[in-house]
Amino acid sequence: MDIPVTHAPGIDLVWPREGVTRVPFQVFSDPAIYAEEQKRFFRGPIWNFLCLEIEIPKPGDWRLATVGETPVVVTRDEHGAVHALVNRCAHKGALVCLQERGNAKALTCVYHSWSYDLAGRLQSVAFRHGVRGKGGMPEDFSPEQHRLEPLRVEVFCGLVFGTFSDATVPVEAYLGETMARMIRRNLGRPLRMLGMHSQIIHNNWKLYAENVRDSYHATLLHTFYTTFKVNRLDMDGGMLLSEDGRHSISYAKRDTLRQSDEYQKVHAAQYKSALAAPELLDTWTEFEDGITHCIQTVFPTLVVQLTLNSLAVRFFTPRGINKTELFWIYLGAQDDDEEQTRKRLMQSNLTGAAGLVSLEDGCINEFVQRGTRGSEDRNAFLEMGGRDVESSDGSRATETGIRGFWKGYRELMGF
Amino acid sequence: MHEAIEDLLADYAEAIDDGALERWPGFFAEDGEYQIITRESHEAGLPVGIMYCGSRGMMEDRVQALRTANIYEPHTYRHLLARPRIQRSAEGFAVRSNLCVFRIAQDGETVVFATGRYLDRIVEDGAALRFRSRQVVLDSRRIDILLVLPL
Repeated sequence: MDIPVTHAPGIDLVWPREGVTRVPFQVFSDPAIYAEEQKRFFRGPIWNFLCLEIEIPKPGDWRLATVGETPVVVTRDEHGAVHALVNRCAHKGALVCLQERGNAKALTCVYHSWSYDLAGRLQSVAFRHGVRGKGGMPEDFSPEQHRLEPLRVEVFCGLVFGTFSDATVPVEAYLGETMARMIRRNLGRPLRMLGMHSQIIHNNWKLYAENVRDSYHATLLHTFYTTFKVNRLDMDGGMLLSEDGRHSISYAKRDTLRQSDEYQKVHAAQYKSALAAPELLDTWTEFEDGITHCIQTVFPTLVVQLTLNSLAVRFFTPRGINKTELFWIYLGAQDDDEEQTRKRLMQSNLTGAAGLVSLEDGCINEFVQRGTRGSEDRNAFLEMGGRDVESSDGSRATETGIRGFWKGYRELMGF
Repeated sequence: MHEAIEDLLADYAEAIDDGALERWPGFFAEDGEYQIITRESHEAGLPVGIMYCGSRGMMEDRVQALRTANIYEPHTYRHLLARPRIQRSAEGFAVRSNLCVFRIAQDGETVVFATGRYLDRIVEDGAALRFRSRQVVLDSRRIDILLVLPL
């Protein structure tokens, strides 16, 4: 018989003995678990994606980000170094930077004019020595003792990551060789931003973390994929996991399609129509390895996508227990010509809040959130493709990527 | 002419709010353009928004997809349009107007889904007025849940 284990005050969770093939629905709706994640998970030994380096190109540039719900500001100092700081004044705790992005020589809190340099060191305190000889800080006040709380920062292929933990291994080791290689393939070149928007999805953040690792659903729910043969499981492809199972790559090679009868039995393939404007799917060969569709996850909340020529970075951040903001940043290479930029613009229709192959994800996770109400003591069943956490090279009819996420989550949360 | 332009804007909103989406591409010239973009991207001069159609054909594909391929909970829109400002241009008219769109879900929940402005280039196409381009610049960068019906 399972004995409830209290992992933290207020959390009573029994993870089923079947391990990562089961997920208690409670983890998507228990406020105590959500609160504990803010500490144990988001401040644990993980790299949180903060922003792109091209968003802060010049000295003095800053950009806001969040780690879990913690507000963070990413800065570039006068020497070009990138810093990440909790956006919380060391004095009273007010937000220091208010605009989403900006440029300044110093970061000054509007409340009492405490001012920090771009590395977060306290430079000056208003009225430190009082006014007309009266008031002021005590004699032993030491600015060195007060600064914006720093995160460790690393930049990899233009992706700025931050961590609160001293135990987090360097980003390349965190990713492992296979994952690092694919990020270099897609992002290891001068990039430019083509556009950005976000989406509020009404579900716990972990449901989206599952969703992007779920190669089983992609061609079933997103029928546009299947019908127009952008991505199907009867193409050569696979689901590659990092050694620790936390990160994943779902990929397909469009030229290898050998149509399978299995698709005739699912609703996904019932949409029979040629495009009136086939230029939507006009592509060029960007890489010679034959991979035309690649969704890569970086644990816990980053996704790098190259679908045909639509290059994008997605990331998501919790805005409450059943509310998540999902960001889409569309990218191009700096040396793209006009025609290539036009193709990326056309193909941007595939993904995003209005994406022909992604808009369903805006509601599907909410359907799980709503469907599991009142069933917190029940579990999700994840045995497609086996019960282990291993790469599945050759088939994406598997939930191995989702199991990998839960393996990492449980390790960090102690569940 | 002002009245004819206002009629076009009202007719467009009516077609969408009434669910007559098959009429939607017909409001555009054959090679007409339609885009939904955030104010942030628009002001930064970035090319990619949230939805882009470079021809009537692409709009027809959107309608076909939302009717038969895309999956979402049923909902309708209600457009509230403000008085347009109309300027003559070399090709026809440059028109700017504000919009506020409510989204009504099947459970009755009604939310302000989008606010922003239409930036239109309108041309005389035979006997009719049509959009040469219609850009919807959204005030917010955030879309609630998803965007499937055109604005």
